Amino acid sequence: MRQVETGIPIRLLLFGPFREMAGRGEMEISVPPGSRVRDLVDQLRSAPPLDALPAAVAVAVNRRFAPPDRDLAAGDEVALVPPVAGG
Amino acid sequence: MRCAEIVTDRISPDGLLRLVEDGGEGAVVLFGGRVRGRNEGRAVRVLHYEAYEAMAADILAAIGAEAIERCGATQVAVRHRAGDVHPGEWSLLVAVAAPRRAAGFAAARYVVEQVKGRLPVWKREVYEDGTSRWLDGVDPGVRSADEVPMRTYDEGGA
Repeated sequence: MRQVETGIPIRLLLFGPFREMAGRGEMEISVPPGSRVRDLVDQLRSAPPLDALPAAVAVAVNRRFAPPDRDLAAGDEVALVPPVAGG
Repeated sequence: MRCAEIVTDRISPDGLLRLVEDGGEGAVVLFGGRVRGRNEGRAVRVLHYEAYEAMAADILAAIGAEAIERCGATQVAVRHRAGDVHPGEWSLLVAVAAPRRAAGFAAARYVVEQVKGRLPVWKREVYEDGTSRWLDGVDPGVRSADEVPMRTYDEGGA
């Protein structure tokens, strides 16, 4: 429980095929302090239900696309963005 | 920018045209994308659009502003559907007003291509036989607007 207490709380949003993979569209998760976007993706890919997530997944932080080295902060809204198909 | 919306209600060309035609500009361009009744040989019952609505609205507004800045359009209005859209219904409407046709065509095309390359929207095609699948998308990556390619007209999508 110690890690949960000291971790950074993140609101994770999932859409389309990723939402179906996770079985839900939203999750409250915790990442270790100092985590970046790529660390979060690695953490998610390490165990079900998102272990089939592509390593090169696009990520948005607070509604803007973010590079893998973007630092995460408490309360960030992080979205996993599948290949987009607008129009 | 006159309008940049993700909406669940039906959208109409007339409604969008009215938003851009009051400035007296010489050229108005309208693009409409519709849901196909058949796709790759299969009869389509409905196309379900899922959107990250808050982010998509922000990006839609940014795309419209870019079209004005980069292409020389005067006004841009764009609406994109979310939820269930049936064959024949409009899924994307883009209206552009510009001083001349070249700027109008360029701006309308810019908006459509950027929507397809950047907008966080996904679509699940449901067929008459009850099966369904997510349609292939393109990786939005972490790209600037310059890196979204202008695709050729014969490629898929609206």
